[in-house]
Amino acid sequence: MSDTFERVKNIIVDRLDVDESKVTLDSTFKDDLGADSLDVVELIMELEDEFDLEISDEDAEKIRTVGDVVTYIEQHQ
Amino acid sequence: MEGRVAIVTGSSRGIGRAIAVELGRDGGCVVVNYAGREEEARETARLVEQAGGRAIVEQADVSRLEDADRLVESALAAFGRLDIVVNNAGITRDTLLLRMKEEEWDAVLNTNLKGAFHMIKSAARPMMKQRFGRIVNIASVVGLIGNPGQANYVAAKAGLIGLTKTAARELATRGITVNAVAPGYIATDMTAELNSEITSKMVEQIPLGQVGQPEDVAAAVRFLASDAARYITGQVLNVDGGMVM
Repeated sequence: MSDTFERVKNIIVDRLDVDESKVTLDSTFKDDLGADSLDVVELIMELEDEFDLEISDEDAEKIRTVGDVVTYIEQHQ
Repeated sequence: MEGRVAIVTGSSRGIGRAIAVELGRDGGCVVVNYAGREEEARETARLVEQAGGRAIVEQADVSRLEDADRLVESALAAFGRLDIVVNNAGITRDTLLLRMKEEEWDAVLNTNLKGAFHMIKSAARPMMKQRFGRIVNIASVVGLIGNPGQANYVAAKAGLIGLTKTAARELATRGITVNAVAPGYIATDMTAELNSEITSKMVEQIPLGQVGQPEDVAAAVRFLASDAARYITGQVLNVDGGMVM
């Protein structure tokens, strides 16, 4: 597991208050992790701070799974 | 209000000053914001402290997003959290619609409406993290009924009511309430500019038969910002002596 995934996972666990074991690369934010649209916006803002990057609204809309986020961050750093 | 941290935009004088003092009473912390009148803002801060609160003074033009961000940061830096935002900053550029210049329209919309948007956007983030926040927008009853000579001001105030309701819906799940207070005819520098004929005509329209005081508005804001109002969001509370029902 990549370091990026671990950091993303920690933020998700903290922000969405879900069990660590539920967070895999395949888990979807809305269905598997129970995030509403505001949760996703909050997560994205927090990830932007954590990884010091900016995720455009257009790109943010395409994010469905934890893996999408990890891939996005790794490609944009 | 003990320990609660508030930002009151445009609180160098008038209604904003009364709100700042009210929120500072009994240990509240207040960021007193002004755009141009530093001396008067310092006097507001002194009155907040006299009422038993803590105050800092911060210059910011809320029509600029970076200024709004800085204002929120100043509250977090000085007091460590942000519980209450009162969007009070407002200007007027009154003239009949046919004579109104684009600059007059833009200036009023930028401060009175866009300023509140900026503040809500900046403040929502720390409030969401805290799972607590109280946002009170100072609208006006003219935003509900219109007023000749104030197309820009009325449009901004009506817009503020729509913004209040949408922000209330978007932020509700995070423990943030968003309400508006709509003052009627309140005795301030802004209304002192009106001539006595207009004034006496307006008073005739007020069932309670007198103009309101800034403290009347401040009391309503204090209520909406308090824990007692935890189940109220997206509402407009008129403080107008019954002028609009």
